[in-house]
Amino acid sequence: MRRTVSTPGQTQALNEVALSGQERREQWTLLGLSTPAILVIAIVVLVPVGWLFYLSFVGSDGQFSLEHYKKMVEYKSYARVFMTTFQVSLLTTLICIVLGYPLAYFLAHLPGRWTGLFMLAVLLPFWTSLLVRTYAWLVLLQRKGLLNDLAMQIGLWDSPIKLVHNMTGTLIGMAHIMLPFLVLPLYGAMKKIEPDMMHAASNLGASPVRSFWNVYFPLSVSGLVAGALIVFVLCLGFYVTPAVLGGGRVVMVATQITAILEYQFDWGAASALGVVLLVATIGVLYLAGRFFKFDSALFGKG
Amino acid sequence: MDNTTALPISIRSLTKKYGDLFALKTVDLEIRSGEFLTLLGPSGSGKTTLLMAIAGFNRPDSGSIFFGDAEMVLTPPHKRDVGMVFQSYALFPHMSVAENVGFPLKLRGIAFAERKARVEEALETVQLSGLGERGIDQLSGGQRQRVALARAFVFRPRILLMDEPLSALDKKLREQMQIELKHIHRQLGVTTVYVTHDQREALTMSDRIAVINHGELAQVDTPEAIYNKPSNEFVADFIGESTMLPLTQDSAGRLTFGESVVASEAPDPSHNDWSLVIRPERLRVLAKDASAGDQHVMFSGTVTDAVFQGDTAFALVKLRGGATLTVRFGTGAVSEGSRLEAGQSVSVGLIREDLILIPRESA
Repeated sequence: MRRTVSTPGQTQALNEVALSGQERREQWTLLGLSTPAILVIAIVVLVPVGWLFYLSFVGSDGQFSLEHYKKMVEYKSYARVFMTTFQVSLLTTLICIVLGYPLAYFLAHLPGRWTGLFMLAVLLPFWTSLLVRTYAWLVLLQRKGLLNDLAMQIGLWDSPIKLVHNMTGTLIGMAHIMLPFLVLPLYGAMKKIEPDMMHAASNLGASPVRSFWNVYFPLSVSGLVAGALIVFVLCLGFYVTPAVLGGGRVVMVATQITAILEYQFDWGAASALGVVLLVATIGVLYLAGRFFKFDSALFGKG
Repeated sequence: MDNTTALPISIRSLTKKYGDLFALKTVDLEIRSGEFLTLLGPSGSGKTTLLMAIAGFNRPDSGSIFFGDAEMVLTPPHKRDVGMVFQSYALFPHMSVAENVGFPLKLRGIAFAERKARVEEALETVQLSGLGERGIDQLSGGQRQRVALARAFVFRPRILLMDEPLSALDKKLREQMQIELKHIHRQLGVTTVYVTHDQREALTMSDRIAVINHGELAQVDTPEAIYNKPSNEFVADFIGESTMLPLTQDSAGRLTFGESVVASEAPDPSHNDWSLVIRPERLRVLAKDASAGDQHVMFSGTVTDAVFQGDTAFALVKLRGGATLTVRFGTGAVSEGSRLEAGQSVSVGLIREDLILIPRESA
């Protein structure tokens, strides 16, 4: 390596060229190290999505056409599919918030030695197969399932109630699967609230209820929004649970795509549905990003 | 605000245990109306536990806390009406400066116009006029400290509590804020309980200091008395620099250290073992031919180190008996001390009027 030696007459400062060269080489090395990751993203994400995008604009005659998108506007059944998708996603998110907020609060305020145990209970579902958990709900909720048997034995209701192969079953299953996605970011946000914050609120004269709504809740809301958004977006494209527990009655975009491919083998129509769902998801994220400052731990600086 | 709204605090037999450990052991303390009292002690001494009990954040096992004539020990914190400055400041990050300071007023149902005026007045008192619209994350550490203070007194509490409020600031700002807090205290006239582990801070700010150790009060007195007349070894050792010399009582009842006669009799005849507490700045370097007289207790030894520290300098003097004394002297004008060098023999004297004798605790 040649070193630049400056003399009083030269315009460059001592070692300026050599030092900036060193910095550039470091940047190139870093870029080189991340190349595999960039390639994987390109092959696994960008290429297939681009291919779907292309397919959605190819008509049955092999020419460019908007027929798939036109169909989506013309046929009411498509609108219903999107309605159902958003409805299920929204309801699942709401159920997760109602169940998850108290749960996250409980976890965040446990004494240290218990946190591990209860956290394990929350995370346990992550380590078992999604399909297994979904079929487990089928066993519990069906006509002659555990829940109906138990309820009739203790006399809550007389004849079996339809708990599965409908909206109820789908929501129960989805809420169960999505709950950890809401609880974890929320727990993180709650853990960051100093106990002194609540002391200060009560010291200044706030009753426990006011302390919660004026101080605790606003400080936890970034985690709540992050968690709710993750749940909502995951729900939008969810397949297994609505397919199994919905029993064909809860038709969401993902199940509709499967149906189109299985029965009509229409790649164009299926791709168009996928593209619309993707655009809708990006739209939701964009809108949410405009209204809320995200938890920086999850989304980078908001 | 006038002094009539300040309240005295009376703490009676307050006890709090964590497991087998006493955080507070039957503490009795009378805090006078309008005074600035500092709870001073090492970490884990119970000073914060006592402050939190006054604020209502922890529940003592037994005892009483009176604000004026009212028993408070069962009152929840939000009904105690005391202001508090937290060590972490505990400012609400989702509210602006003005909203933080206005929060206690809003909770008390004070209308917008008056609220605004009082927030502005409070911010003016802490020299933050015009910063009301700022976010908390836009403030420096010193500014946050002032906002926390303004929020603590804006609702005119009768009692103000502060938990090491200056510990996060750098030395220069801390010293400036100490004087400023003193001014604000005088201006508000509110009974103030201040917690610190910094003895210098306690000496600077307090009307009285309560030295606390192992959950018990070691001494409660004015800063001068705490420094000049410590009543036990812990206080003598914890406040200021000191060397403690164990004294022996000779057959004539005199207290001596080596060949130096310190006192002709024990201050309290019921106690036999006494120690002499020597503050480094109270020692004088004596002329070579000086002899112990009525005026001085004299110690002779050899200088082992002479250290210059800017505003002061000190020398370590190893006595023939084995103990080492620190002699501190100013560097402002030429003093006898400035001529000291390591290895030199020297005599140092302590004016008899300055003697601090404390009973020695049996080991």
